[in-house]
Amino acid sequence: MTDAVNPPTSPSGYAPPTPDAAAALSIRGLYKSFGQKRAVDGISLDVPAGSFYGLVGPNGAGKTTTLSMATGLLRPDAGMVTVHGIDVWQHPLAAKAQIGVLADNARLFDRLTGEQLVVYAGLLSGMDRPTAVSRTKDLLQLLDLQDAAGTLVVDYSAGMTKKIALACAMVHAPRLLVLDEPFESVDPVSAANIRDILGGFVRGGGTVIVSSHVMDLVQRMCDHVAVITNGHVVASGTVDEVRGGADLEDRFVELVGGRRVQEGPEWLQHS
Amino acid sequence: MVAALVRLRLLVLRNSLKRSVGQLVAVIIGALYGLFVLGLIVVGLFALNLAPVDLVRTIVVLAGSVLTLGWAILPLFFSVEQTLDAPHLAVYPIPLNKLLTGLLISGVVAVPGAITMIASVFTFGSWLRMPGIAVLALLCGIAGATLCVMLSRAVTSAAAGLASGRRFREAAGILIFIPLVLLGPIIAATASSLRQSADVLPSLAEAMSWTPLGAIWAIPSQVALGDPLGAVLRALIGAATIAVVFVVWRWGLARSLVTPVHAAAKVRAQGKLGLFARLPATPAGAIAARCLIYWFRDPRYLRQLVIVPAMPVLFWFYSSLTHSAALFLVSGPLVGFLLGVTLIADVSFDSTAFVLHMSKAVPGRADRWGRASAVLTFGLPAVIAVTLITVGITHQWAALPGLLGLAIGLLFGGLAVCSVTSAVLVYPAPAPGDNPFKTRPGANTALLGSTFISWGVLALVTAPEIVLLILALATGNVLFGWIGLVVGVVLAPITLAIGVRVGGGILDRRGPQLLVQLQKDA
Repeated sequence: MTDAVNPPTSPSGYAPPTPDAAAALSIRGLYKSFGQKRAVDGISLDVPAGSFYGLVGPNGAGKTTTLSMATGLLRPDAGMVTVHGIDVWQHPLAAKAQIGVLADNARLFDRLTGEQLVVYAGLLSGMDRPTAVSRTKDLLQLLDLQDAAGTLVVDYSAGMTKKIALACAMVHAPRLLVLDEPFESVDPVSAANIRDILGGFVRGGGTVIVSSHVMDLVQRMCDHVAVITNGHVVASGTVDEVRGGADLEDRFVELVGGRRVQEGPEWLQHS
Repeated sequence: MVAALVRLRLLVLRNSLKRSVGQLVAVIIGALYGLFVLGLIVVGLFALNLAPVDLVRTIVVLAGSVLTLGWAILPLFFSVEQTLDAPHLAVYPIPLNKLLTGLLISGVVAVPGAITMIASVFTFGSWLRMPGIAVLALLCGIAGATLCVMLSRAVTSAAAGLASGRRFREAAGILIFIPLVLLGPIIAATASSLRQSADVLPSLAEAMSWTPLGAIWAIPSQVALGDPLGAVLRALIGAATIAVVFVVWRWGLARSLVTPVHAAAKVRAQGKLGLFARLPATPAGAIAARCLIYWFRDPRYLRQLVIVPAMPVLFWFYSSLTHSAALFLVSGPLVGFLLGVTLIADVSFDSTAFVLHMSKAVPGRADRWGRASAVLTFGLPAVIAVTLITVGITHQWAALPGLLGLAIGLLFGGLAVCSVTSAVLVYPAPAPGDNPFKTRPGANTALLGSTFISWGVLALVTAPEIVLLILALATGNVLFGWIGLVVGVVLAPITLAIGVRVGGGILDRRGPQLLVQLQKDA
């Protein structure tokens, strides 16, 4: 499936078509400006239920802003977002119960131990204590963090911190996982383990959206992909559709532009 | 290279101001205040022309010694500057000596350094009657201020190795805070003993002039008093001090360039849920548990907690000075007030970790109630205990009911008001893990308006208890006190319930805006 994207109109007077209630996440005509800068300039996107969806784009393309608005953390200037048919901004409580979020660059309550933090996240979602405790145990085991369960999160390494944040995102058994840069500063072994876990989550009927810079990872891991640049979606669909026989990275560079073929200034040449 | 470092320092200062108008306004107000104080100092130094040489000597030597001591001690508590610290510069191939010079000059052009330098240089102003001495004072002023800046650098770099562990750093920060709180009584005690023998000051100055702290400041007056040999000896002491400090600093800096700070972590097994296993398993209960853990584990909260025992001690001291129990008796309500209004910083302290509450769709009311009840669990017993103890010590049992009513009213009222204000406004607070004493530029001014509004509303909310306590004390009729207690106990929970409800509603609506602001401040 290839979406018609880029409505060229401005927020005013543009009535977005109704979102697709069958999709895990459906975005229509999303806009957000920060001062003069249009961070998200009319994004529409459908993430099919049960897909492993990659969101790729250069730095500052609007990935994080889009995901923040899609998960009810940042109020859009205009546009609609539904999660499994629930309007995120009309019914935030019901929608957020369906979503697990791993926010990029957000702090954690790092004076708690890893175990306490995940239990805390569970209790915040309204589950009872035995459930929260047993799910925490499962997640810590799944993420290979049992040995560090009693350590304060502030003393964790970067990779461990990502993993514990992932556990917090998954503890309330969401149907949709939205992960912003989940593989940043994660070592290759942990990354592979996380990939397996996410793969299992998708096979179990869940939907995963990851944003990433690493094309190779997206190509191997995801079945769908959307390319965002300058607040627009420039391509979306299954990975095979988007890359059109080429390598995803080459196709990405071709879509986004900005690649310069040159060898650098003369003073940088040492041979 | 040196110039580049200095420019970098100024550029960072300018750019950090550009980030927000509020910060800029706050810094301008702070700068005006600093200039005002500096102006007073300079005028005072010129006025000393009219004073006898002995007096000038006493003042300059003692003030100079205190200034130097301050520069040596304060960097341990306040992170002076992060821009040009060793870890940031370690990757560049800068020769050590150029780095030292650059850091020294950039220290002098930063605000505290510049103020110190200007004030020190203007010590020449006291010697207009003797031009030769004035030139000497000018040179000594430059040397003295330079020593100040070098001293702070040396102390920071030498201490960096000692205090690299997180736990050590945090514990030290709080332990050192206690004498700081009690600094008032300590100074007052010293001052009152000095007042009894006013002639101690000149001899103290004489003694200080032989120490590394005061030697440089004593050189001009020693010459003016006709003692060139004494001046030379003190100049030698001063030069030796500068040399030693420089060597220590050079050693500390060279070491910190190759041994970056890192903390060792203990790894423990799972199974210890702590408070999460004991408090109710609801969102509000979980938040209360989390807040309580933070209150007793995070230095930023601990700092506020230290006030509870420190405040009665402080007031006990002052009332023993004035022989009036009134001030001491206020301790209970004051502790209630201080604990209540601490909640204003709660969301700001969370920083972007608050995103967890947002993404788990925690109802605003549960968020507010959890935070407030955490303070209540230890705040209410503390307030009652402090009130009982202060009344017990002074034997003013008649005042007890009214005081208790007001103390409880202030605690609950403060929590109620701040449940609303902290949902409306967050401000640049020290980030988790930062030095709890660090103030971010503009934070104070940004907080000022909302703090005053909160206090005003709090005064209105607790007006019945205040009026009844005053009536009880003025008429001596205990009945008013008892009515005050009843009113306090009845009104307090109602106020808090309203505050939690209103604050929760606002948080539900404004959560995303709050998060944007927190991300900006982070």
